[in-house]
Amino acid sequence: MSTPIITLDGIRKTYRTGSLEFEALCGIDASIDEHEYVAVVGPSGSGKSTLMNIVGCLDNPTEGTYELAGEDVSTMSEAQLAEVRNRRIGFVFQQFNLLPSLCAWRNVELPLVYAGLPRHERRERAIGALERVGLGDRTEHRPGELSGGQQQRVAVARALVTEPALILADEPTGNLDSRSTADVLDLLDELHGTGRTIVVITHEPDVAARAGRNLVFRDGQIVSDTSSARAVAAR
Amino acid sequence: MNWMETFRSGTEAIRAHRMRSLLTMLGIVIGIASVILTVGFGQGAQNKVKDEIDALGSNLLIVSPGSSTDDGGFRGGFGSATTLTLEDAAAIADDAAVPDVRRVAPTSSSSASLTVGETNWTTQVVGTTPAWLDVRARELAAGRFFTADEVASGADVVVLGPDTAGELFSFGSPVGQTVTVSGQQLTVIGVLGSSGASDDGGSEDDQALVPISTGKSLSGGTTGSVSTIYVEAASTEVLSAAYQEIEGLLATRHGVTTDDADFSIASQESLVETANSTNKTLTVLLTGIAAISLLVGGVGVMNIMLVSVTERIREIGLRKALGATPTVIGRQFLVEAALLGLAGGVIGILLGVVGALVLPTLIDQPVTISLLATAAALLTSLALGIGFGVYPAGRAARLTPIDALRSE
Ligand SMILES: Nc1ncnc2c1ncn2[C@@H]1O[C@H](COP(=O)(O)OP(=O)(O)OP(=O)(O)O)[C@@H](O)[C@H]1O
Ligand SMILES: [Mg+2]
Repeated sequence: MSTPIITLDGIRKTYRTGSLEFEALCGIDASIDEHEYVAVVGPSGSGKSTLMNIVGCLDNPTEGTYELAGEDVSTMSEAQLAEVRNRRIGFVFQQFNLLPSLCAWRNVELPLVYAGLPRHERRERAIGALERVGLGDRTEHRPGELSGGQQQRVAVARALVTEPALILADEPTGNLDSRSTADVLDLLDELHGTGRTIVVITHEPDVAARAGRNLVFRDGQIVSDTSSARAVAAR
Repeated sequence: MNWMETFRSGTEAIRAHRMRSLLTMLGIVIGIASVILTVGFGQGAQNKVKDEIDALGSNLLIVSPGSSTDDGGFRGGFGSATTLTLEDAAAIADDAAVPDVRRVAPTSSSSASLTVGETNWTTQVVGTTPAWLDVRARELAAGRFFTADEVASGADVVVLGPDTAGELFSFGSPVGQTVTVSGQQLTVIGVLGSSGASDDGGSEDDQALVPISTGKSLSGGTTGSVSTIYVEAASTEVLSAAYQEIEGLLATRHGVTTDDADFSIASQESLVETANSTNKTLTVLLTGIAAISLLVGGVGVMNIMLVSVTERIREIGLRKALGATPTVIGRQFLVEAALLGLAGGVIGILLGVVGALVLPTLIDQPVTISLLATAAALLTSLALGIGFGVYPAGRAARLTPIDALRSE
C-alpha cells in the first residue's frame, strides 16, 4: 500500500458575500495516495474548484485540517506555503494563466526562478519540459502567438518543470477541442506513468474514464468515491 | 530570487508596458525639469543682481541724500532730497578729516536728450569730476576723460558710454564730434569701455559724463547740490572705518545726529543685502510653483502606479501560485518603481539642464542649476513612485493567491 499524499479531515469552506453566507464545502473527508490518478466530477457549483484551491494551498479552509505529505498546512506561514506550492505542486488552470509578455520558455521557467535556480539551468530545464510536451520548436513564441491547445501544453510544461509530486488540474481541457484535449490527457497519463499523483477536475466522461478513481461532488459533499478496475490493476 | 534577477525582471516589465512606463516617467520628467528651471530662474536672477553689485568694486561707498531709515518721507524719499553739496564732497576728500578715503567723485545727474544731426537719444547726463573714472573703476575705450581744469572752467566737453556712442554715431569715431544737449554744443573727448557687467551693461554703459559745472548749467540748476557722492576707500580693510569717518563728518556738517541723518551711506555689501531681500520673494514664489508642479507630477506617478498594480493583481496571484513569497513580490515592484523613477529623473534632469542652457540665450535671463533642488525633486518623485507602487503591490501580495488570481 502507498502512503497518502493528501489527507482531508472535516474540510469546510464558507463564503461570505455581504450578509449572505454560503457553505461551498460541508465537511470533506478524503485521502489520496501517492501515484493515484483522481478525477473530480460533479455538477457546476458543487464545490470542486473550491476544494482544488484548498488542496493546492491557494486558499485556506474555514474549518478542518489538511495534511500534505504528512505536514499540516494550516500552521504554515505565507512564505512556507509559497515554498510548498513551488516544490510539491504543479498547477494547470482552465484559463492557462500564462504571462502574455513572456515567451514560452520564460513562462515555463517561472517556478524555477522562485526556486532559486541559476539562469542557464532554468533555460535548459524549461526547454526540456517544452520538448516533453511537443513544443520544442515554439520556445520563443509568446502566448498570443500560440493556439489554445499549445498554450495549455505550455502550462503543463510549467507544471511539470519542477518535477512536483502532485499535479492539480482544474478543467485543463475545458477550453480545448477534442484533438488538443487528447494531447493534454496523454500528457497527464504520461506524467502519471512517471510516478506523479494527478488530481483533475472535469465535466467530460472520457476524461474521468482515464482516471483510476472518481470523486463525485454534489452540493459541497462527496457523494460517491469509486475506483475503476484499471486503478485497482495499477496498484 | 536574487537582486540581479529582480533587476532583470523589472526592466522587462517596464519594456513590456512601454506606454504606461512612458506616462509614469513623463510625470517625473516634467516635475523635475520644472523644479530645475523655476528654482534656476530665481537663483539666476539673484546671481545677476549680485554680479552687477560686485562690478561696482568692493571698496566703494555710495553717499546719497535722504535717510534710508526714514520712512515718513517728509525729508523726501531716498535719493530725491538735495541735502548733499559739492562742499560735502570736498570735505570728504580732505585727507586730514577723513584719512581712509582715497578718492571722491560727486555726481549730479539728470535725464536729457542728446542730438547729433538727425539722431536723438535720451539718456542720463551725469556731471562729475575726473576722479569718477578711478572711483568707478572704469576704463576709456577711446580719447580721454575731462581734467580738473575743465571742471573748474565748465568746459563744453562730454565723455560717452559705449552704448550711447553706438546709438549716436553709427560710423567712425565719435571723438572730436559735436553733440547737442539742451541747446548747448558739447565736444566728445572720449568713450568709456564696457562696464563688463554680466548682462549688456544696462545703464552703466548708456550715460553721458560731463564736468559737474557743465552739468549744472545744462540742467539750469544753480545750487551746489549733488545727487550722489561716490567714495573709494583706501582699501577693503578700512571700508568700515571710512564709513564711520564720513558718517561723523557729514553729521557734524549738517548739524544732525547719526541716528537722525539726512543722508545715507551704502556699501556694496548692504546693497547686496537689500537686493537679496527683494529677490527672496521671487525665489519663494518660484519654489512654490516648482513644488506644485512636482506635486502634480507626483500625483500622476502615483495614479499610474496604482492602476498598474491593480491591473497586475492576476499576475501577482499567478506568481504566488508558482512559489513567489510576498517579500519577493514586494521587492519586484520596488525595483520596478525605482527604475522607472530613476529613468524619469535622469531624463528630467537632462531636460532641465538643456533648458537651463538654452533658455538664457532666448530670453536674456540667467538660469542657475541648483543641485539641492534637483536632488530634492528626484528623491520626492522616487519616493512617490515607490510609495504608491510598492504599497498596493504589497497588499496584493498578502491576498490569498486565489483571490489575486480571480480578481479582474
Ligand atoms: N469567492 C467566492 N465568493 C462567494 N462564493 C463563491 C466564491 N467562489 C465560489 N463560490 C461559490 O461556491 C460554490 C462552489 O463554487 P466552485 O467554483 O467550487 O464550483 P465548481 O464545482 O468548481 O463549479 P464549476 O464546475 O462550474 O467550475 C458556487 O456556488 C459558487 O457560487
Ligand atoms: Mg470550477
